[in-house]
Amino acid sequence: MRAGGGFGLGLSFFLIVVVLVPFGVGPQTAILSTIAPGILWIGALLACLLSLDRIFALDWEDGSLDLLATSPLPMEGLVAVKSLAHWLTTGLPLVLAAPVLGVLLNLPGPGFGWLTLSLFIGTPALSVIGTFGAALTVGLKRGGLLLSLLVLPLYVPTLIFGADVARRGAEGLETTTPLFLLAGITCGTIALLPFASAAVLKVNLR
Amino acid sequence: MSRNSLWEYANPRKFLQTTDIVLPWVAWFAAVTLVLGLVWGFFFTPDDYRQGSTVKIVYLHVPAALMAINAWIMMLVASLIWIIRRHHVSALAARAAAPVGMVMTVIALLTGALWGQPMWGTWWAWDPRLTSFLILFLFYLGYMALWEAIENDDTAADLTSILCLVGSVFALLSRYAVNFWSQGLHQGASLSVQSGERMAMTFKLPLYVSMAAFALLFIALVLVRTRTEIRARRMRALLARERMGGA
Repeated sequence: MRAGGGFGLGLSFFLIVVVLVPFGVGPQTAILSTIAPGILWIGALLACLLSLDRIFALDWEDGSLDLLATSPLPMEGLVAVKSLAHWLTTGLPLVLAAPVLGVLLNLPGPGFGWLTLSLFIGTPALSVIGTFGAALTVGLKRGGLLLSLLVLPLYVPTLIFGADVARRGAEGLETTTPLFLLAGITCGTIALLPFASAAVLKVNLR
Repeated sequence: MSRNSLWEYANPRKFLQTTDIVLPWVAWFAAVTLVLGLVWGFFFTPDDYRQGSTVKIVYLHVPAALMAINAWIMMLVASLIWIIRRHHVSALAARAAAPVGMVMTVIALLTGALWGQPMWGTWWAWDPRLTSFLILFLFYLGYMALWEAIENDDTAADLTSILCLVGSVFALLSRYAVNFWSQGLHQGASLSVQSGERMAMTFKLPLYVSMAAFALLFIALVLVRTRTEIRARRMRALLARERMGGA
């Protein structure tokens, strides 16, 4: 888990974003509770983004990535395990922290369950897509900014459906459709993207 | 390889020879159709009974939007050709098309804003079509930034073509996600083959001419840029060889 490092950093970042929002939009609880689902989703997404370059960076620097690449383990499997490690160290803590931060933003009562559920289903997609971005930029000296530029547009569908589940849930509306679409995106990315990430990683290790 | 194969144009020298002949023709046709389409559209079509003369921006807006999407599709095909057959010209053509496609996206967004202001009373709305064009613009930015960031040519070609494939899937997903997310202001297709005529012939003909003009313009620009890339790469190779010889 060393390569996933900075376990608490993503969480702290998430907390700071959520604390900053009321300073930006004002302390009126009505406004805050309207925007809470979206803010919490965006905060989780950014916190996830922040830790992406750690997925491969350390292994790349000390050469253990080359050793892993020459091992009999298929590259796709390696990449999938890396995504899983990232989700366990970043995504899962964010899911668990989100309801607590929801209290700060005055999230409406029915929204808590839906927010947690949507993050639980959606964050694996964020980790898998992020792993693809990290694999693309692994060899670059200052790839951090480029990584954000590459990954953020890819996050759009996940964010749309995820935040929609949380928002509709908070307003007490039907959430089945966006929830299923979100689950579809997560399953699709988990099934397909490791192949693209592995291909990209192979190119970078050439 | 047989003499008549399409792939012989993948040879950079053959590509340069052929485009030497083709390029002036394409460029001239592009210029003529562009002037014809725009002048016809701007000055020789009647004003719309509701929108007045603002409707004439359609002759820039629609062709640019069309080419913004087509440029990405062309990059996708070129990337596939690079991945499957590893022809360098193909990778360079994909690279050459990206800035042109990005500029087309910007033109579509800007003319849309100029058109939207008097018609919808706003420069920008989070309408599905507008939003997905903004997302397409971001995809172009990322693709170009990745090309710039990587020094080794073949590595850059490999990585950007995989990004193009993955990006295409996500761009399509975003399109539908955005549709789901917001109901729009933007009108539907005006040139649909189905469901009858939506646009009078007097408006449609110059629009077709402008669309052809933008397509030709795109081809001409991509050819010029690909030729520049090929020559720049040759020059780098020559310089490298010279340095090796001098040492």
